[in-house]
Amino acid sequence: MEILIPALIFAGLGAAIGILLAVASKAFAVPANEKAEQIAELLPGANCGGCGYSGCAALAEAIAEGKAKPNACAVGGDAEAAEIAKIMGVAAEKPVRLHAQVMCSGCEGVAKYKFEYEGVADCKAAMQLGGGSKTCPNGCLGLGSCVAKCQFNAISIVDGIAVVDREKCKACGMCVATCPKNIIKLIPFDSKYYVGCVSTEKGAVKRAYCDASCIGCKMCEKACPTGAIAVENFVAKIDYEKCINCGACVSKCPRKIIRI
Amino acid sequence: MDGIIDILILMFTAIFIENFIFAKFYGCCPFLGVSEKPGTALGMGMAVTFVMTVASAVTWTVYEFLLAPFGLDYLKTIAFILVIAGLVQFIEMFLRRFVPSLYSSLGIFLPLITTNCAVLGAALVNIQNGYNFIQSVAFGFSAALGFTMAIVVFAGVRVRLQFANPPKAFKGMPIALVTAGLIAMAFMGFSGMSIG
Repeated sequence: MEILIPALIFAGLGAAIGILLAVASKAFAVPANEKAEQIAELLPGANCGGCGYSGCAALAEAIAEGKAKPNACAVGGDAEAAEIAKIMGVAAEKPVRLHAQVMCSGCEGVAKYKFEYEGVADCKAAMQLGGGSKTCPNGCLGLGSCVAKCQFNAISIVDGIAVVDREKCKACGMCVATCPKNIIKLIPFDSKYYVGCVSTEKGAVKRAYCDASCIGCKMCEKACPTGAIAVENFVAKIDYEKCINCGACVSKCPRKIIRI
Repeated sequence: MDGIIDILILMFTAIFIENFIFAKFYGCCPFLGVSEKPGTALGMGMAVTFVMTVASAVTWTVYEFLLAPFGLDYLKTIAFILVIAGLVQFIEMFLRRFVPSLYSSLGIFLPLITTNCAVLGAALVNIQNGYNFIQSVAFGFSAALGFTMAIVVFAGVRVRLQFANPPKAFKGMPIALVTAGLIAMAFMGFSGMSIG
């Protein structure tokens, strides 16, 4: 008899809680968004956050509610965007494939250094020390903060500067946001050339910083048949809408910093 | 008036002198697991505060009206685990339906503390010390506040630790544990206080 009362009380307690939860799960059921679930299944599920949402599930919900475009996920690519567009019942826009590019050519032996940095291998930490060890304020520090952020192993440090493997790059933009120097940009995958310098200092100053700096000589500007490259604030910049990948600027550049 | 002062003393004791993390070592799992960023640590603290306050009230009621009359004191641990687990599930469903904004900020933490020892610990301490209903709720709430303070402070320290350069063997969790020990020792300063 002694065991009976506790057993009954616990059975009753368990049953009461069970029934309460069962009723609650029916009464408080949130109508699930079917579209969001379907879209979530199509998304890569890497939760890289490149789209600006907290994860793939959050993006799926935003797309289902029409707050984000079907092609908002850069990682998934064309096929995925088309599938999602089909679910949403809109025509798929062909997303322009991008890839990240580190806009600096100041590798070891080319760029000048102010001092030798021996601290934590983190660009943000190095930035605290007078903007890092390179003389050029826009030079890649090469400590690999972007390498650590990249979820697709697309970035590596070669000769002291970060280099993006464009085949592996999914253009999620995490490195762009991480780089304390703001020298990583997303450029169209189909465009072959980029200018490996972003410093807006005067030519003479930049010449002292680094052997691979744009001195704003405008040779490329004159060579370009379509007017796609122009020197602005003492640095050449390619307009990828106009660029036809002819390579005329590359052969003219005296500093050899228009690169593939 | 005396009652209010008693409650305030109880709360101060629960927050500082008998801090759940640094003096009693309850809830060390979320303390170490969710303390990498101050923002998420605060979220976890809020979730614990919410659940611990409600759980203190409910477990006290269950004990007083269901277990004590039948002399089932020895079964309180099991009963509390059952009640708290059910309660957290219920709260989660309730929030999801009626307070989505709160759900989206606390939601991911709630399942984590279903069977958290800090929550169970608060419920058991309430009974052990013979608190009445109001004291129990006050104790649950302030013990959780102490937990929140501890985890947020620790998260702030851990952010700095990322840039520190300890010996290789100490990198990551070991140095975090050493730091936690140092903070706990600092908190022992409060144990010299006697109030009330």
